[in-house]
Amino acid sequence: MQRLLRDPRARVGLVVLAVVALVALLAPVIAPYDPSAQLDIARLHGRPPSLAHPLGTDPYSRDVLSRLIHGTRISLAVALVAVTLSMTLGVVVGAVAGYAGGLVDTVLMRVVDAALSIPRLLLLIIVVALWGDVGVVGLTLLLAGTGWFAVSRIVRAQTLVVRELDYVTSARALGAPPARILVRHVLPNVVGPGLVAATLAIGNVILLEAGLSYLGIGIRPPAASWGSIIQDGAERVSDLWWLTFFPGLAILITVFACNALGDALRDLLDPRQLASRDLTARSAPTPDR
Amino acid sequence: MTAPPLLELDDLHTFFYTDTGVARSVDGVSFSVGAGETVGVVGESGCGKSVTALSILRLVRAPGRIEPGSAIRFEGKDLMTLDEGEMQHIRGNRIAMVFQEPMTALNPVFTVGEQIAEVARIHGGMSRKEARAKAVEMLTLVGIPAPEQRAGEYPHQLSGGMRQRVVIAMALVMNPALIIADEPTTALDVTIQAQILELMADLTRRLGTSILLITHDLGVVAENCSRVIVMYAGEVVEEATAVELFGRAHMPYTEGLLGAMPRVGGESERLATIPGTVPPPTAWPAGCRFRDRCPYSWDRCEREHPPLYQIGAGHTSRCHLAEEPEHRNHPHPPLAAQRGASAA
Repeated sequence: MQRLLRDPRARVGLVVLAVVALVALLAPVIAPYDPSAQLDIARLHGRPPSLAHPLGTDPYSRDVLSRLIHGTRISLAVALVAVTLSMTLGVVVGAVAGYAGGLVDTVLMRVVDAALSIPRLLLLIIVVALWGDVGVVGLTLLLAGTGWFAVSRIVRAQTLVVRELDYVTSARALGAPPARILVRHVLPNVVGPGLVAATLAIGNVILLEAGLSYLGIGIRPPAASWGSIIQDGAERVSDLWWLTFFPGLAILITVFACNALGDALRDLLDPRQLASRDLTARSAPTPDR
Repeated sequence: MTAPPLLELDDLHTFFYTDTGVARSVDGVSFSVGAGETVGVVGESGCGKSVTALSILRLVRAPGRIEPGSAIRFEGKDLMTLDEGEMQHIRGNRIAMVFQEPMTALNPVFTVGEQIAEVARIHGGMSRKEARAKAVEMLTLVGIPAPEQRAGEYPHQLSGGMRQRVVIAMALVMNPALIIADEPTTALDVTIQAQILELMADLTRRLGTSILLITHDLGVVAENCSRVIVMYAGEVVEEATAVELFGRAHMPYTEGLLGAMPRVGGESERLATIPGTVPPPTAWPAGCRFRDRCPYSWDRCEREHPPLYQIGAGHTSRCHLAEEPEHRNHPHPPLAAQRGASAA
């Protein structure tokens, strides 16, 4: 953790994400207006940014800042829950496939191959089109269910390496049952790359959710997510630019922070980095006797 | 009539079914280890030593397989007839294993205390607290100073010698009857090697544990083993007591190994080597498998696969020289060396 904080990318990423998370948590407190209230349809109809409404108002006379703050809640919650679920699924499937090998591995990985061959956005659009309105929970589950394929591949590859290491053979030689070996010796040593993928995936899922909402098949009005705010202003970009600009900026900053943190994590967990850490540990060994 | 040995391998075959053919890594190995005895297994890389060790615990993974007809008798039971659950009870409990590389034999994400305690929890059914006390006790036994504190440290915080002590402690938790040590000192400094070997010798004397010591270091064997088994190309090629082997090696391969040992005060500047390499296990040559690298080989060696000849009390050798010793008087450059010269 300390070494992580030494990386400037990680520091920036963590600070930005902390602020975003805080905004999401405190949304009802810091939002100046009710996000779905139509304040004054006659006088506050699509007004540009002003002191009373720093990010302007939309065509329905709603305060864009309040909507953006509340949208943070939904966008972030959907992303975090979806990524947590898909990571868990991906790590479990990957580790089981890699450790068990044989038929289990072949079947699981062919399923993943098949799923990976369909573009994720297309898959999501098809499912939403077939089921109609899926709601926030449904959307989250969909994003989770379509996000674990790549992770399972990464984790499986790592498992194939770890399962040949001496401490796994050693655990087998000491009579540990397979489930115990998987949980105690394999999983803790393969989640690293999964964690990196997860951090990068948060940014990706925020973008996906925004994209779906923008296409009008994600978060439904009047609830606000970053994508649905952009959707509200999509046809008025030329005159009501603040409707698309500010949520877009929020997405950009958050995704950028996630990717910066992910990059820093990846460098940190790089095997070559681990090797150099071991070397420094070895150069100052504890005396043997 | 002597008591049956603790461990008896009878015609062990372990084959690997690879894309390039069937690798007959262990091809008919038989030997035994008595109670309290330390037996050495020596041979080059790729001769089947480690696969033999893994086979004893039935840890060979697919595409590897222990062939039917192989018997591994241990404490009166044939391990080949046990199911996986019964094998898990044997592993770590009655037979334990010490690995070559102490850096990778320990899980980097758990403290050494937790890893020793895990063995006690699996087999001893101990509570977390009892197991932790056991871990500290084991660390004390293997001579680690400040064991209370060390138990809470991670493997990367310990030196190589200390890590190997921890690995030995893990093996000894359940006081097994047999320890299989696969090159336990290869990755260590020479001074630490001596300490570790001394520790193992001392512990086995006190606890009465048998050791199967797998190594390619004949010096290690000379100091520690009562009996030595030499393996080559998946077979036992010579077996004798350590004294006999070092004084009167019979098989030319053993002679080659002994000749390749560095000696204090030796006259030659370059170490002797055995020309050529071990043939691939997918295609052992017919006849004698060492023929191409042997300075005495003659036509019979090409035709006829030598059996293990009895050449003295407790001394066997897989070499036709046992029947036709006169060929020893006509050494010639081995075929492998001749081929190497013509290729160059």
